[in-house]
Amino acid sequence: MRHYFTILSHEIRALLYNPSTYVAAVLFLLVMGFIFVGILSDYSKAPQETPPAAIFFQAFFIPVFFMVPLLTMKSFAEERRLGTLETLLTAPVSTTEVVLGKFTAAYLFYVLLWASTFGFHYILQLYARDTRYLDSGPLIGGYLFIAVSGLLFVAVGILASAVTRNQAVAGILSFTILLGLIGGLSYVSELSALNTDVLSPLKPALEQLRVPGHVDDFTHGIVDTRQVFFYLTGCTLSLIFSILGVEAKILNS
Amino acid sequence: MADIPDITIEVSNLVKTYGSLTAVNNLSFTVKRGEIVGLLGPNGAGKSTTMRILTGYLPANAGSVRICGFPVASHPEATKRHVGYMPENNPLPEDLRVSEYLWFRGRLKEMPRAKLRARIDEVLELCDLKRNRHRILGRLSKGNKQRVGIAEAILAEPAVIIMDEPTIGLDPHQIIIVRNLIASLRGRMSVIISSHILPEIEETCDRVLIINGGRIVAQGSPAELRHEIFGHSTYRLELAGDPAGLAAHLPGIDATLRLVNQGDAAADGFRTVTLMTDASTDLGERLLQVLPAAGYRVRSLGRTQPSLEDVFLAATRRSWDARLPGKNGLQGDSRAPLPKV
Repeated sequence: MRHYFTILSHEIRALLYNPSTYVAAVLFLLVMGFIFVGILSDYSKAPQETPPAAIFFQAFFIPVFFMVPLLTMKSFAEERRLGTLETLLTAPVSTTEVVLGKFTAAYLFYVLLWASTFGFHYILQLYARDTRYLDSGPLIGGYLFIAVSGLLFVAVGILASAVTRNQAVAGILSFTILLGLIGGLSYVSELSALNTDVLSPLKPALEQLRVPGHVDDFTHGIVDTRQVFFYLTGCTLSLIFSILGVEAKILNS
Repeated sequence: MADIPDITIEVSNLVKTYGSLTAVNNLSFTVKRGEIVGLLGPNGAGKSTTMRILTGYLPANAGSVRICGFPVASHPEATKRHVGYMPENNPLPEDLRVSEYLWFRGRLKEMPRAKLRARIDEVLELCDLKRNRHRILGRLSKGNKQRVGIAEAILAEPAVIIMDEPTIGLDPHQIIIVRNLIASLRGRMSVIISSHILPEIEETCDRVLIINGGRIVAQGSPAELRHEIFGHSTYRLELAGDPAGLAAHLPGIDATLRLVNQGDAAADGFRTVTLMTDASTDLGERLLQVLPAAGYRVRSLGRTQPSLEDVFLAATRRSWDARLPGKNGLQGDSRAPLPKV
């Protein structure tokens, strides 16, 4: 693991040097800003039961769908296309170190971007002159959800990048997997076919896998270890498959 | 560097197949410490594949590779520490500066920070890159990029340096710099280079391995190869005198010396004569003694040696010819015969 920090700092530096990082960050803040303003205008029209932070985090999937593929599609696909993966892997480093280094850099950036949205809540509290707007409960829960679920989402992006040499393919692949993971699972769990006798045992399991349901739980202060376990194991599994993917691609190149 | 054994690279019965295609077929060779070995072969001969297996990047199907005594397959971490590798086309990350890239690579190769700083200065000096140390890799010229690749390969002072076509795309001036650089490593590091540019190999390498269809078709120093492949040397003389009696004098000089060709006499009576011999010693002095004594006037004498290019063409052609009849005799070899050059 001695090369992990070397690769991590190299990846972070590469992110900071890359103009697309800043474009993606601006785009992210713009989209999240619009969402936040939209929520506030709804609240100004009519009284609501849930705090604005809880609604805000329900829109988590919008940035996940476009930011995660943008952040991670480059990691292995680009190195493979340029051929620098060969020089990287012929240095005395293991594939595990490389995958973990790239994953951590992308994850840190993802979390940092989300952390910057805290500014929205702070500004709201500053202008409304009402400390109730800085509602710590939903905010802590929401950011905790972002940090935990981000592990899985970013790992999925890394996996998509690890199995192809084309950035566009990697981006679309990770978008598709994320769509299946977030949208597909919650769609399937609501199918009426699940009410039949044969499939009914599946229903509670699938309902547990609904990612939007997890957001509600976290923002309402419920940290369910089953959900945390789901994200942690999903992340580990994706990273293991990424390591295998990088090595298998070498074998078949 | 005290723990480096005398034989740094030991390859035995290496086989690598891509599906039905056999890229490397039962390859065996050894490289001694400090030796510069050239890998020569037509496109698709298995040079790059062999090098990638040596670096531990690709696994082999059969056979073993030992770098400094460690088997590559079971101790990749140990062998990678002893290898400096520059892949074909020398891929570099585009948005780093030269010194930053070398720093990153040095840290990956486990060099201590204090030593690395001095060593980067040293390799930049060696590779004539001092002026470019703050430039961005993506904007460097091809020659400079190539030198960054070489600087990177020698950075950690590995016992084995593997370079896949290090001089490709360089201008003649830069080729000389690279050649001198490689020659300066002789005695300290084992170097394997592959190249299509035959004079390159001839000038820098102690030993040449000619590979075709994944197997070694000839090996030895350039001089040995010439003798092995051709087995004869040729002399060109310009002389005046009786052409009919010339053949009779030749067995007296050397038993195998024979007349192959003689041109028409020019207006001044001199003609060009080509002689061939199987002897490996130089017969020039004997020719100059015997022929004037027999009444011939010799104006010039030259020994024409086959260039490495001829050796290469003859060796690769010989291996293709050997494979054409009876395809069943060579198992595992599905490569279609390549067109003759």
